[in-house]
Amino acid sequence: MIHLKNLSKTYEGRSGTHDALRDVTLHIERGDVFGIIGQSGAGKSTLVRCINLLERPTSGSVVIDGVDVTVYEGKDLRVLRSKIGMIFQGFSLFQQRDVLGNVTFPLELRGVSKADARARARDLLSLVGLADKADFYPSQLSGGQQQRVAIARALANDPKILLCDEATSALDTLTTHAILGLLRDINEQLGVTVVVITHSLSVARQVCNKVAVVDRGRLAEAGFVEDVLAAPRSEAARLLVEADGVIGFRHADSPVIAKKAV
Amino acid sequence: MESIASFLDQYGALMAQGTVDSVVMTALSTAFAYALGIPLGVLLVLTAPGGLHPHRVLNAVVGWLVNIGRSIPFIILIVFMIPATRAIVGTSLGVAAAIVPLSAAAVPFVARMVEQSLSEVDEGLVEAASSFGASTAQTVFKVLLAESAPSLIRGLSITFITLFGFVAMAGTVGAGGLGDIAIRYGYQRYQDDVMIAAIVLCIVIVQLAQSLASAAARRTDHRLR
Repeated sequence: MIHLKNLSKTYEGRSGTHDALRDVTLHIERGDVFGIIGQSGAGKSTLVRCINLLERPTSGSVVIDGVDVTVYEGKDLRVLRSKIGMIFQGFSLFQQRDVLGNVTFPLELRGVSKADARARARDLLSLVGLADKADFYPSQLSGGQQQRVAIARALANDPKILLCDEATSALDTLTTHAILGLLRDINEQLGVTVVVITHSLSVARQVCNKVAVVDRGRLAEAGFVEDVLAAPRSEAARLLVEADGVIGFRHADSPVIAKKAV
Repeated sequence: MESIASFLDQYGALMAQGTVDSVVMTALSTAFAYALGIPLGVLLVLTAPGGLHPHRVLNAVVGWLVNIGRSIPFIILIVFMIPATRAIVGTSLGVAAAIVPLSAAAVPFVARMVEQSLSEVDEGLVEAASSFGASTAQTVFKVLLAESAPSLIRGLSITFITLFGFVAMAGTVGAGGLGDIAIRYGYQRYQDDVMIAAIVLCIVIVQLAQSLASAAARRTDHRLR
């Protein structure tokens, strides 16, 4: 479904060049919930932004459903993007539009009639459990509710792919759990292929069937989530898993926390 | 009370005409300035480094032109533009003639004001719009201008009030208005009552403009509720 071939991305900066991606090849299949994990600055965001060409790779190609879209410009590019939903860490909701207006936004871009757009938006708001918040403004909603609105907005054009850029990093544990559940439902019930950027292994465990570990712009390893997290083959993956384990260990056995518990 | 009545009797029509002239000159030149200033401000934002269409040369050229426009003191601009004003409105005297240099002076000011308002819009919103397949025009109208509406309205009141001050200067070249009345009657003929009346009217108009704009900005802003 999504085939990233030998992607490289080099930024030219004042302080020289920076290789954000180096020769990354990755295959994401239809129906996957695919996790891109790695440390901050590893190139996760750049990699995922290459899928809808918000970032243009310096070399390599992006193939979606067998079509090389890397060279798309203008209208072709806009049509392609309208079929790939995206949600963001900071939600990126339009503050001056109400909830319904946010969800109709992608439909307005395509010239869908106002009545049809509103009807579709109301359906989507029901799907994410916010039917009663249509007239609210984003500033009146909690973080979890805002991300639900963003999910409804991302689904407006019936995308086959949903990109999630650290979508739960600004949310608390319970809200994260609920949002991940929603993403899972969207994957299972609507058949949407989901790509999840996260630095959190617990997020990857909860929602992903496959993961790729990115390290300093390179693909360290990729595979089924249980394989990679249980028996990491690469140094980068091993470090992530170990760090995750150490954090868990401290929470359980730290004398400070133990004392507090008593 | 009697003195106020007699003052109004004598100068009421003059003050009313001055108020109308001042407000009309200010409002029309504000409108013309925005007609040109908004596209220029949008152009500055789009072509800025990291904008939707970065273009170093175009950005620098527009930026220089705007800065040059802002460097010329208004009183000099009025005189300097007399030939252009004659060519456009057929005369260099009166209300219509004053609107030309007033608008010209305000265009670069408005361009910077609009640039400032638009650049306050969260870049994430522009990226989100792009991710849904928004064209540049759609991003400009539906995101940049729509999201910065409250800020643009506040800028509008600053522009209006600044131009209202400029109108008084335009009065010295025969444009009329409250500034002209204050100079001719209040200063040159030592009529303090006319001077004070003109000042009071100016204060009222500026306060009114500011209050209306602030209320409108609050009403359109859905960020803080």
